[in-house]
Amino acid sequence: MASNTQDAAHGAADAAHGSAPGMPQLDFSTFGNQIFWLAVALVVIYLILSRVALPRIAAVLAERQGTITNDLAAAEDLKAKAVEAENAYNKALADARAEAQRIAAETRAEIQAGLDEAIAKADEQISAKAAESEKAIAEIKAGALESVKAVATDTAEALVTALGGSADADAIAAAVAERTKG
Amino acid sequence: MGKIFFYAALALVLVSGLIFAPAESKLAIHPMDQFNVAALFGDHISWYTPTNVTLWMALAVAAVFALLVMGSSRRAIVPGRAQSVAELAYGFIYKMVEDVAGKDGVKFFPYIMTLFMFIVMANFLGLIPGSFTTTSHIAVTAVLAALVFFTVTIVGFVKNGAGFLGLFWVSSAPLALRPILAVIELISYFVRPVSHSIRLAGNVMAGHAVLKVFAGFAAALGMFSFLPIFAITAVYALEVLVAFIQAYVFTILTCVYLKDALHPSH
Repeated sequence: MASNTQDAAHGAADAAHGSAPGMPQLDFSTFGNQIFWLAVALVVIYLILSRVALPRIAAVLAERQGTITNDLAAAEDLKAKAVEAENAYNKALADARAEAQRIAAETRAEIQAGLDEAIAKADEQISAKAAESEKAIAEIKAGALESVKAVATDTAEALVTALGGSADADAIAAAVAERTKG
Repeated sequence: MGKIFFYAALALVLVSGLIFAPAESKLAIHPMDQFNVAALFGDHISWYTPTNVTLWMALAVAAVFALLVMGSSRRAIVPGRAQSVAELAYGFIYKMVEDVAGKDGVKFFPYIMTLFMFIVMANFLGLIPGSFTTTSHIAVTAVLAALVFFTVTIVGFVKNGAGFLGLFWVSSAPLALRPILAVIELISYFVRPVSHSIRLAGNVMAGHAVLKVFAGFAAALGMFSFLPIFAITAVYALEVLVAFIQAYVFTILTCVYLKDALHPSH
């Protein structure tokens, strides 16, 4: 029954449209309707696309392209800066090293100068001291020779006396003088 | 492939009509019913009556709006899903126009994008079961093809003047052959809108009719209905492909015709 009803509806639809059986595409009575609504649809789509959608998408794509280009340029820039910074760092390091060497050399020279001066001064003092000492030694030596003469005289006199002789002071002195000469 | 498909479907429709007409009470297959234009309210159809054509074209417009306007509304630098598809569609057609029609064809990009978006959306909406496919009607595709034909012809004459006729005068051929070739070229030029429109409507109509025929078999075969259902699945997959490819073909042919109008040398 259901299919009969459907068939009846089908037949009725065909009759209403007066179409060739089986091909609604060739039912010219609906062409005006389709063409009118197609024109409306196309105009609406065209307005939507040309006024809103396409400019917006184009802008987004351009913006993205711009962002990518800018980012790449910025990266390139930063890379150049990094290289520059590294070069500056290396240069500063080399400078610092040279400066340090210069300071070290200067300091060394200064210290050497001070040292030389101190050594010279010390040498001078030492030679002065040595001269003084030599003088003192000479004095002491002279004193000692005197003492030796006196002691020798005394000793000789005592020896002579002890051996039972009479000690002639002049002879002894002459003898001591004779002996201590050489 | 399209034409073969078209004729095969047509033959199938006719044969099924012959076979099943006497036994209509048992097996009622009306594969062409889906193409009926019907008023949404009432029975009478005049040019301004809102019909199922109106409804499904409005849905196609809404789909275009949803994809290209709402999809791109965030204007994100890193696009989301909808925006990616919108940008893909934009780039696809823009590149096609630029590559095929040349740099000076780019100012026709909004027109070509309009054609493509309408056809592709109408085709895909038509794949929804129970829907009405506006691009299956020759009235619709003929208007689309006529739009392209007249636009291209007018642009050709405006841009090149009488030089546009050089399109028909094959200067690289021997002089004696040129008049004959000119006739052939002229015929092929006027056949363009015909093939342009029938290719689209024929492919879409044929596929949908085949689906309906198999659906009718499925209803009649009882426990063996899995066979036609399997066939429906396969044909439906093919139809998804056809829906896009026919929109693509229509658009790229438009670009080719536009290239002829802008640079009519052979």
